[in-house]
Amino acid sequence: MRISESGDCITAYLKGDIDHHSARGIREDIDALVQMKQPALLKLDFSGVSFMDSSGIGLIMGRYRLMSLYGGTVKVVNVPEGLAKMMNLSGLSALDIIERRGEKIESTK
Amino acid sequence: MKAQNEMSMSFESRSSNEGFARCAVSAFITQLDPTISELNDIKTAVSEAVTNCVVHAYRNTIGKIYINVKIKENSVVVIKVRDTGCGIGDIKQAMQPLFTTAPSDERAGLGFAVMQSFMDKVNVRSKVGKGTTVTFEKRLSCRVGNG
Ligand SMILES: Nc1ncnc2c1ncn2[C@@H]1O[C@H](COP(=O)(O)OP(=O)(O)OP(=O)(O)O)[C@@H](O)[C@H]1O
Ligand SMILES: [Mg+2]
Repeated sequence: MRISESGDCITAYLKGDIDHHSARGIREDIDALVQMKQPALLKLDFSGVSFMDSSGIGLIMGRYRLMSLYGGTVKVVNVPEGLAKMMNLSGLSALDIIERRGEKIESTK
Repeated sequence: MKAQNEMSMSFESRSSNEGFARCAVSAFITQLDPTISELNDIKTAVSEAVTNCVVHAYRNTIGKIYINVKIKENSVVVIKVRDTGCGIGDIKQAMQPLFTTAPSDERAGLGFAVMQSFMDKVNVRSKVGKGTTVTFEKRLSCRVGNG
């Protein structure tokens, strides 16, 4: 996973499969940097993610809680079509942190 | 309904086997020529069930996970994921969306909800102290015929 910083924003480019096994390492890498820099915005870029189960939802919600502690926010961006179903089911849309690409997220059910 | 093809496997409840399990099942199902989205649904449901064995059934220990896949008439796939771990006391409560006994591990409590929404049927049998069997079924829109 690549993580980049610019100004008050940290972007993590997630890739491959996100499951219970891989989520731990991703979480540790992101949290170490967030705790050090305390950015206003954490972007989770999902463009390189090929598979995700509910562990990915736990990962997003956990980072949302962490960022809230610092008064910051999370944005989930570039969600591939194949993950839309999982994102919809998660109820994350209620938190308004999934950045919509066209109508993709809404239309798939 | 008689199975037209069948596969069984067992492996240790290590988290590194989660990816192996969903890919092995997916490779077996490939003979039905499923769509990418059907394959993804099955991989996701298997991942949820196997992760539950790793995280909950055998919490802090390593046990065996058993998977059986049957291909039946009309491209119906039946998948069983079984453990001999701690079991579930209240199945109805466990299956409620957002219910989790492991919030500190960042579990979302969505595993069963995902299985139910991605599969056609989900059945859970469990005995405390004996283990749990989750069975799910999905009919694929397959172009390839029987046999
Ligand atoms: N194989 C199992 N053995 C014992 N308990 C289980 C098993 N599967 C599920 N459970 C219990 O059912 C609850 C709900 O399971 P579910 O998969 O829906 O959510 P979760 O695993 O807690 O969170 P998530 O799947 O979103 O990471 C679990 O918290 C656990 O208490
Ligand atoms: Mg689960």
